[in-house]
Amino acid sequence: MLQRCEACGAFAYPAREACPSCLSPALAFADAPRLGTLLAETTARVPSDVYFRERAPWRIGLVKMDCGPTIVAHLHADCAEGAPVRMSLQLDKSGQAVAFARPEGETPNMADDRQWREMTADPKFRRVLVTNGRSVIGQEAVVALKAAGVKTVFVGVAEPWRPFAGEDQLRRQEGVEVVTLDAADEKSAADLAADIGGKVDILVNTTEYVRTGGLLDRKGTSIARDEIDQAYLGFINLAQAFGPAMRMRGADGINNSVAWVNILSVYALANWPAFGAYSASQAACLSLSHCLRAELRPGGIKVMNLFTGPVDTEWFQTVPPPKVAPRAIAQAIVSGLRGGLEEMYVGDVAEEIRQRLAANPKALERELDK
Amino acid sequence: MQSKNLLELAGAISSGAVRVVDLTFTLSPDFPVIVLPPEFGQAAPVRIQEISRYDGRGPAWYWNNVTFGEHTGTHFDAPIHWFTGKNLPNNAVDTMPAKDMIAPSCVIDCSAEAAQDPDFVLTVPIVETWEAKHGRIPARHWVLLRTDWSKKGWRDYSNLRDDGAHTPGPNPAVMKWLVEERGIIGFGTETIGTDAGQAGHFEPPYPAHHFLHGAGRYGLQCLCNLDQLPATGAVIVASPLKIQNGSGSPLRVIALVGSN
Repeated sequence: MLQRCEACGAFAYPAREACPSCLSPALAFADAPRLGTLLAETTARVPSDVYFRERAPWRIGLVKMDCGPTIVAHLHADCAEGAPVRMSLQLDKSGQAVAFARPEGETPNMADDRQWREMTADPKFRRVLVTNGRSVIGQEAVVALKAAGVKTVFVGVAEPWRPFAGEDQLRRQEGVEVVTLDAADEKSAADLAADIGGKVDILVNTTEYVRTGGLLDRKGTSIARDEIDQAYLGFINLAQAFGPAMRMRGADGINNSVAWVNILSVYALANWPAFGAYSASQAACLSLSHCLRAELRPGGIKVMNLFTGPVDTEWFQTVPPPKVAPRAIAQAIVSGLRGGLEEMYVGDVAEEIRQRLAANPKALERELDK
Repeated sequence: MQSKNLLELAGAISSGAVRVVDLTFTLSPDFPVIVLPPEFGQAAPVRIQEISRYDGRGPAWYWNNVTFGEHTGTHFDAPIHWFTGKNLPNNAVDTMPAKDMIAPSCVIDCSAEAAQDPDFVLTVPIVETWEAKHGRIPARHWVLLRTDWSKKGWRDYSNLRDDGAHTPGPNPAVMKWLVEERGIIGFGTETIGTDAGQAGHFEPPYPAHHFLHGAGRYGLQCLCNLDQLPATGAVIVASPLKIQNGSGSPLRVIALVGSN
C-alpha cells in the first residue's frame, strides 16, 4: 500500500503532500503492485540502533518498485542484487509497518529466514498454549498448529474430571500436552503459568462462551455473569498469568515469545441484539485486547485479533448460514501468525460487518436489529 | 439435660474421649460440581480471588473474596430446594429450626456393592438387612449412605458418560419408606447429589429430593470420611450458612463419635 496520485496515477514514496509528477494534492493510499528489483544491498554490522545492534548483522537494500518509487527495505536472505523481489509491508517488533523484500518465487525453507521470522510470528518450531481444548475451535487449532510445525502445543482443559467430545483424539496426538486450565479461575491460570509460563511463545485464547439473548429475553444476570467470567475475567487472568513472562521473553533467542491471539466475535464491533449480551462481552474483550497490545508492545509481542461471524458450532445452531467452519478459524490463526498480522476477519459475515461499519455505523446498527 | 452433662461432653471432646470427625471436603475451585444439560442454568463454581496478601493491596493482612453456588462442595439441601417442599413453612436455610442442625446418624455401608456397580441403588431389603443387625432406624436420625465414593479421583468421582453421571444412590421405594416409615431427619451421601447419577430416569425422578424435601427433611452430599463413623451412635453437626431464603449451602459437617 502506497500513496497514489488520483490525478495522474503515479505512486509516491515516501509519503508527501503533493504528487511528485503533477503536484496534485490528491494522494490517497492504495494497493500497489508488489514486484520490484533489488538495486543494491548492504549489511549493517554495527548498527547504531540498540534493537538492530542486538540482531546484527542485518541486511537491507534498495528496491526499485515496478510501479515507480525506490524503497529501502529489509531483505530476505535469498534476495540477490539485480533479481526480482516481492515486496510487502510487515509489522516490526514495535508495531510499525516496514517494507520487506522477499525473492519473487518460493525458495527452500523460505519462512525460516532469520530476518523474516523477526517480522512475523510464525508458529513453526515454537511452543503454543491453546487455552481451551474442550471446544471444536480449540481442537482444530491444535491440529492446524501441529501441521504448521509447532514444537509443542499445550492445550488447556478446564474441569478435567468432565469428559468431552474429541478428548481421546486430543490426548493421543504427539507433541500435544493436555494441561489443566480454567481461565476463568485466577488460581488455575496462575498455577499453569508457574509450570509453563516460561515456555509459552504463542498464546491462543480460544475461550468460547456463547449464549443467545440480549437484555429483556433473559431473566437475571447469572448467564451474563458467566459470560463475563469466562470471556472478560478469563482474559484478565490469562494476561496477568502469562503476559509478564511473555513480554520478558520477546528476545529470547530464535524461538522467542512472539504473539498472543484472540478469537473475537465481529459483533464486538457492533451489537447484534439476538446475541446482545454476548456481543457486549466480546466488545469488552476487544477493548482489553487493545490495552494488552499496548502493554506487550515493549517486549515486541504482537496481539492478533481474529474476528469471526457466527461459527458452525452448537450454540449458533439456530442461525442460518453462512457460518464459519472452526477449521477455517484454525487455518486463519496459522496464516495470521505467519504474516505477523494484528487483525483478521474470517469469513464473509465478519468481512461484511467490517465494511458496513466503516461505511455507515448507524445503518449497520439498524440492520442488525432484526 | 443438666449443664454439667453438657460440660462433660465439652470436656470429652477436648480430651479426645469423644472423637470429632470432619466429614467435609475442602471448598476449592477444583472440586466437581453438578453438571446439568447446558441449556439449563448452571451452579457457579467456587472462585477464590485474593483481596490482598500482605502486599500493596493490604500490607498486614490476607483475605479473599469467595463466590460459589449454594450447591457446591460438601453442601446441605433445604426443603425449598425442590418443588415438593416449596410451600412448607420454615423450608429455607435461614428459617429452618436450629435444633435440626444436630442429630444422630445411622451409617449404611454399601461400599462393597458400590465398588462392583457404579449404578448401585439402595433398596428397602438392604436397609431391612442392616436393621436386622443394628436395630430399627430411629426417628429424626440421619441416614448416611457409605459408598467410599469420596476416595475416588475426581474423574471417577463424577463418573460422567455420554448419558450422564453414573453414581450410586437410593431408589424411590426406599426414600419414601425412610421418610414415611422411619421418619428420618435427612439423607446423606458421598456423591455429588443425594440421588443416584441416573435418578432422573427413576419414577418419580430424583426420589431423594422428591420425598425428603416434600416432607420437610434435609439432604447432605459430597461427604467424606464416612468410613470413620460407627453404624449407629455418631452425632452429626450440620449447620448451613444462614443465607436469606437459601435453598442450601456449602457447610462444615462434623460428626461426634463416642469411644465405645
